[in-house]
Amino acid sequence: MGIFQNLSERIANVFEKMKNKGRLTELEIKQAMREIRIALLEADVNYAVVKSFIQSVSEKALHEEILKSLTPAQQVVKIVNEELTDLMGTKNAKLAVASNPPTIIMMCGLQGAGKTTMCGKLAGMLKKQGKNVLLCACDIYRPAAITQLQVVGKKAGVEVFEKGQIAPVKIAKEAIKYANKNAFDTVIVDTAGRLHIDEQLMDELVELKKELKPHEILLVVDSMTGQDAVTVADTFNKTLDITGVVLTKLDGDTRGGAALSIRAVTSKPIKFSGIGEKLEDIEAFHPDRMASRILGMGDVLTLIEKAESAFNEEDAKNLQKKLKQNSFTLEDYLEQLENMKKMGNLSNVLNMIPGMSNKLKGVDTEVDEKKIKHTKAIIQSMTVKERRNPDIIKASQRKRIAKGSGTSIQEVNQLLKQFEMSKTMMSRMAKNKGKLPF
Amino acid sequence: MGFFAKISSGLKKTKEAIKRRLFEAFSMKELDDEFFDELEEALITADVGIDATETLLERLRDEIYENRITKPDDARELFKKILIESIDFEIEDFSYPLVILLSGVNGVGKTTAIGKLANMFKLQGKSVVVAAADTFRAAASEQLEVWGERAGVRVVHHGEGSDPAAVVFDAIASAKARGTDVVLIDTAGRLHNKKNLMEELKKICRVVARELPDADFRKYIVLDATTGQNAVSQAEVFSEDIDVDGIILTKLDGTAKGGVVIAIAEQLSLPVLYVGVGEKIDDLIPFDANDFIDVLLDEE
Ligand SMILES: Nc1nc2c(ncn2[C@@H]2O[C@H](COP(=O)(O)OP(=O)(O)OP(=O)(O)O)[C@@H](O)[C@H]2O)c(=O)[nH]1
Ligand SMILES: [Mg+2]
Repeated sequence: MGIFQNLSERIANVFEKMKNKGRLTELEIKQAMREIRIALLEADVNYAVVKSFIQSVSEKALHEEILKSLTPAQQVVKIVNEELTDLMGTKNAKLAVASNPPTIIMMCGLQGAGKTTMCGKLAGMLKKQGKNVLLCACDIYRPAAITQLQVVGKKAGVEVFEKGQIAPVKIAKEAIKYANKNAFDTVIVDTAGRLHIDEQLMDELVELKKELKPHEILLVVDSMTGQDAVTVADTFNKTLDITGVVLTKLDGDTRGGAALSIRAVTSKPIKFSGIGEKLEDIEAFHPDRMASRILGMGDVLTLIEKAESAFNEEDAKNLQKKLKQNSFTLEDYLEQLENMKKMGNLSNVLNMIPGMSNKLKGVDTEVDEKKIKHTKAIIQSMTVKERRNPDIIKASQRKRIAKGSGTSIQEVNQLLKQFEMSKTMMSRMAKNKGKLPF
Repeated sequence: MGFFAKISSGLKKTKEAIKRRLFEAFSMKELDDEFFDELEEALITADVGIDATETLLERLRDEIYENRITKPDDARELFKKILIESIDFEIEDFSYPLVILLSGVNGVGKTTAIGKLANMFKLQGKSVVVAAADTFRAAASEQLEVWGERAGVRVVHHGEGSDPAAVVFDAIASAKARGTDVVLIDTAGRLHNKKNLMEELKKICRVVARELPDADFRKYIVLDATTGQNAVSQAEVFSEDIDVDGIILTKLDGTAKGGVVIAIAEQLSLPVLYVGVGEKIDDLIPFDANDFIDVLLDEE
């Protein structure tokens, strides 16, 4: 959030400083790499992983074409993004299916990662795909863990097998017997959270694996995990030879660099992500989205496409002129707003702009028909002088304008605030010749 | 002491512990770039974050200059002092009646910490009641009840899906009626970017302030030591919304160092009050800046 300056902006700044000196040099690329390094570290990508990533990107970035390019910042960001997407792997949400059912899926991970919730989500998802799922409760340690799985199972509409707090290996053995007898084709085994350095409990997982012979061993990892993600993932992988990873709590605002670290040390696919507390809040993992999320770029590519289709070149030129002469008025603003409407919800659009999301805190940016109507009414209730120079609008005028437009003073205030913001944003765009600020 | 012993026993088990990196840095011959690079790596690997790391190293550079230090060995004590200063806060003693609310994102260890706190106050001879204000997560109140039994304290709960503020109201009413010393409030895990859930938390705080206006009311955020830089964002938003008084840092028995609390201290001046070092009822220890930095620097 607030503390993260956007990567694209940073790289643009590096290049901005050199602008008048003509072509880029190796030194400048190096400086750009330093910014990329900071961005990745801020996103919690592991220190060592960042090091090798930067090395490989540097090599690519030092190619002639980029040094000569008119838009080196874009080129560099593009390379980084591509490289990162590549590293994140391809979309691979498929789960193994046993030729001789039941398919057995074993979940594992640290305490509090979200295993039990994920068990329920997977069960719900597989049930929808027509599978006959049995959940198996092997967390005998955490208070009420079994009850939690029972509640989750009930919500998903699948049966939960439990034997109270006896040895997990015994529970697992009986669960498989039970599944065979009752024609379940899938068994999902919930295990207790444990530290990767807890030898006794790691041994328990090894025993479980021996007994169950699972077709999938999924490591559940909290997407907010920091530098230690490599140690955790590496240990679990070396101990159990996991088949895949599930990333949870991605509905938060973490940049999720752990995803990259885990890929780097295990090279196992990330299969699913958890995106909320409800049963349906599971989706296939999107490597490409993860890449730009880690870089903190927002969905820049989508934004460029949208902006290009909403503004034609002439509009952009006019706007640029006005901004240069500082004559961008509330009337222009209204017009821009109509354009924005074509691009979709304003907050989505603004959030896609690098560095913008943190400035939006507490500002209502929802654009809908009704709002535009109100905005129109407010602007029309202003005098021409006020429209051209909103700075002269003081408290008493605000009152009058609100009354005249049938809105509230708050709404008038909000509009003026939004106007200022848009102006800032647009002048940034103007500075970049109608292009987005990077 | 206990804190250190427990953590270092955890650390010894790891081959990968942030190792001797800092030690290595400090036993180098010169205070050159390589020296500072080593320090940077050690801090970042401990999740201190790039911003705070740079600030701290800047501070070290200044002091090295001011004190005319030329040997890494001499820089060691200096750096330790800088780190300790960054997270050492004066904490006001509790007064009673006392209300402690634990907040935080999902799975960080709130409920467990409530159990441990209940036990701690009980051992100090205080009477305790716990409010099961996580009415959302499956089996949350059953989990808390087990902890209540272990600690031997009352737990007030309503059904799943009920209003958490109402649970808190009842717990406080019960505390008032019986003259209970300590009310502990367990809340549902919530991600800080979910506005409506944060509103719910504010409402709980309003109920406490209204029903027990003269009580000592402390609001803590529970952070998982495994968490990276997002913890800064968590602390920032929870502070903004409910004016958090401090941090409980859990899962320090793992290999993560929880260095992010240094970044949080730098940015938000939030102190760490307790650390969680295991899953047993007595695995909660008052925070000690000296010990924490010793472990972070991997010294004994
Ligand atoms: N190793 C270790 N595990 C801990 C510690 N504190 C909590 N845990 C474990 O972390 C897991 C989650 O703890 P909870 O207390 O349920 O966390 P919570 O914040 O209440 O979780 P929600 O209410 O679901 O958001 C449990 O398995 C705990 O046993 C600690 O200090 N060390
Ligand atoms: Mg809880």
